[in-house]
Amino acid sequence: MLISKKKTIMQPRRTARGKSLRRRLQLDWQLYVILALPLIWLIVFQYIPMYGVQIAFRDFKSTKGIMGSDWVGMRNFTKFFESYNFQKVVVNTLTISLYDLALGFPFPIILALLLNNCLRPRFKKVVQVVTYMPYFISTVVMVGIIIQFTSPKVGIINFALQTLGRDPVDFMAVPGYFRHIYVWTNIWQGTGWNAIIYLSALAAVDPGLHEAAMIDGASRFKRVVHVDLPGIIPTIIILLIMRVGQIMSVGFEKAFLMQNQLNLNTSELISTYVYKIGLASAAADFSYAAAIGLFNSVINLVLIAGVNFIATKSTETSLW
Amino acid sequence: MNFTAKSKKGRNKIKQSRGDRVFTVVNDLLLLIGFLIVLYPLIYILSSAFSAPKAVATGKVILWPVNPSLRGFEAVFEHKAIVTGFLNTIFYTVAGTAVNIVMTVMAAYPLSRKSMPGRRVLLFLFTFTMIFNGGLIPSYLLNSDLGLINTRAVMIIPLAISVYNVIICRTFFESTIPDELLEASQIDGCSHFRFLLQMVVPLSKSIIAVLILYYALGHWNSYFQAFIYITDRSKFPLQIILRDILVLNSVNDIIADPQLYAARQGMAELLKYSLIVVSSAPFMIAYPFVAKHFVKGVMIGSVKG
Repeated sequence: MLISKKKTIMQPRRTARGKSLRRRLQLDWQLYVILALPLIWLIVFQYIPMYGVQIAFRDFKSTKGIMGSDWVGMRNFTKFFESYNFQKVVVNTLTISLYDLALGFPFPIILALLLNNCLRPRFKKVVQVVTYMPYFISTVVMVGIIIQFTSPKVGIINFALQTLGRDPVDFMAVPGYFRHIYVWTNIWQGTGWNAIIYLSALAAVDPGLHEAAMIDGASRFKRVVHVDLPGIIPTIIILLIMRVGQIMSVGFEKAFLMQNQLNLNTSELISTYVYKIGLASAAADFSYAAAIGLFNSVINLVLIAGVNFIATKSTETSLW
Repeated sequence: MNFTAKSKKGRNKIKQSRGDRVFTVVNDLLLLIGFLIVLYPLIYILSSAFSAPKAVATGKVILWPVNPSLRGFEAVFEHKAIVTGFLNTIFYTVAGTAVNIVMTVMAAYPLSRKSMPGRRVLLFLFTFTMIFNGGLIPSYLLNSDLGLINTRAVMIIPLAISVYNVIICRTFFESTIPDELLEASQIDGCSHFRFLLQMVVPLSKSIIAVLILYYALGHWNSYFQAFIYITDRSKFPLQIILRDILVLNSVNDIIADPQLYAARQGMAELLKYSLIVVSSAPFMIAYPFVAKHFVKGVMIGSVKG
C-alpha cells in the first residue's frame, strides 16, 4: 500500500519535469475529440451565418446564391438610413430598451436587498417562491395575459374601470400605452427571477464586515448601504454590461406579439422590421433585411465593448 | 425548545434600536406590497380557469373561483390542435434538452482543462458568438440550404448549444473538479473520455440539473423557431397554437350566429384561462424540486473566481 502510494506521488513529478509536452499531447488529443462535435456545430451554426452576413453588401438573388450575387457596397445601408421608417424604428427600439433598462435593472436589486433583510424566514421563502413564478410563463402566454386583462370587453382592468364609473379603454390600441405595458409587465415577470443572482451574491458578503459595522453602531439601514451594496457591486456591474450589450436587441417575440395595426407607431422595432422586410413580405428583400440586422449587431458590439472598457477603467470589473 | 425560542425573540427585541425596528417594518411592508402585486394576477388567472364560463365573461370573478367547474380544462383537452401541440412540444423538449446537455458538457469539459493547447483561442471562438452573430436572415438562408425548413430537426439542431450555458458549465467544472483528481486518474490509466463520464458527470449533478431546467424551459416556451421555420400544422409546438388562441383570438372565428356567439363567448374566455394554467403549470410545479440544486449550481457556475 505504502509503496504504491509513493509511486503515484512520484510519477507526475517526473513527467512534469521530463517528457511533459509529449505526455500532455498523448492525453490531450482526446480533449479535441470530445470538443469536435460542439466545435463543428459552432462553425456551422454561428460562423457560417457570420460569413453569410456579406449578403448585406450584395444584391441577393436566390438563383445566384450568396457568393454569386453582385456586390453593391453600402447601398442597402444608405437605403435604410434614408428610408421613411429609419428614424421611427431606431427611436422606438432605443426608447423602449432604455426605459426597460432604467426601470427593470434596479428592481431585482431592491427585491434582493429586501429579501436579504427580512427576518421572518417563512415569509421570505413564500415571497421568493411567488415572485419568481411568473418567470416560467412563456412570452406568448404573457402577451395573451396582457391582451386578456386589458380587453375592453372581458378584461379585469376594464371591469374595474366600469365599477368606478369610467368608460372602458382598449389599452392595446393606444400607441402611447405600448411602452409602459411592455416595460411594466417585464418587471412583473422578471424581478423575482433576476433577484436570485443578487441574493446569492449577498449571501457571499463577509459576515465579519456586518459584525464590525454593528460594533461601530451602524444601523441596519446603514449596513445595507455601506456593507451589502458595495459587496454586490461587481455582480451588478457584470450584469449591467451584459444588459447594455442587448440594448438594440430588445425581444423580438414580445414586441411582435403585442403589435397590432393601431399601435404600430410605437411598437415597430428594428428586429420586427427586419422580419417583415426579409421574411414576411411577398417581395422579400434578404439583402436589405440583412443590412438592417447587421447595423443592429454592430451597434450592440460597440456598446458592449464601450461599456466594458469604461467598467474596466473605473472599477476593475470586466466581462473578459 | 419553547424556552429558547422565547428567549431568542426577547433578546432580538432588546437589541433592536428604534430606527432598526422601523426599518424592519418598512422592509417587510415593501416586500408584502411587491408580493401582492405579483400574486394577484396569478390568483386571478387560476380562479378564472376554475370558474363557470358565464362568471368569467361577465367579470364576476374577483378573487376566488365563482361556481367552480372544470369545464375549461375539459375544453382544453377536447381541442385537437392543443393536444397535438402538447405532444409535439413534449417531443421537442425531451429530445432537444437531451442533445443540449450532451453537447454542452462536451464543449465545457475540454474548455475547462487548463492543459489543453489552444484553449484561449477556442474559448474566444465560443464567447465571441455571445456578443456578435450573423442575424436572422443569414441564419435563415443557412437552414434553408441545409434542408432544415419545416422539419422537426430545425427545432433541435440549430439550438443544440447555448454558449452562455457552456460558460456556466465550464466555470463549474473549473472550480469544482480539482486538477489533482484528473492527474491521479490519468496515472491509473484513465482516459479523458472515461474521466468525463465516470468522474466529472457524477460530480456535476447540480449544474446539470440547472442546465436541464434552463434548456427545457427554453424549448417549452420557444415560439420564434417554430414561427420562422415550421409551416406544417402537424409539427406545430404548443406555443404556436397558444398564439392562435390567446393572441390572435381565433377561437371565435368559427361561429357566425350572434346568439350562439354570445353563449360561446364565455366558453372561449374560460378556455383561454385554462390554457394559460395548463401550459405554464409544469415548470412552476417542477421548479421547487430543482431549486436546491439551482441556487448551488448558479452560485458556483456564474460567479467568477
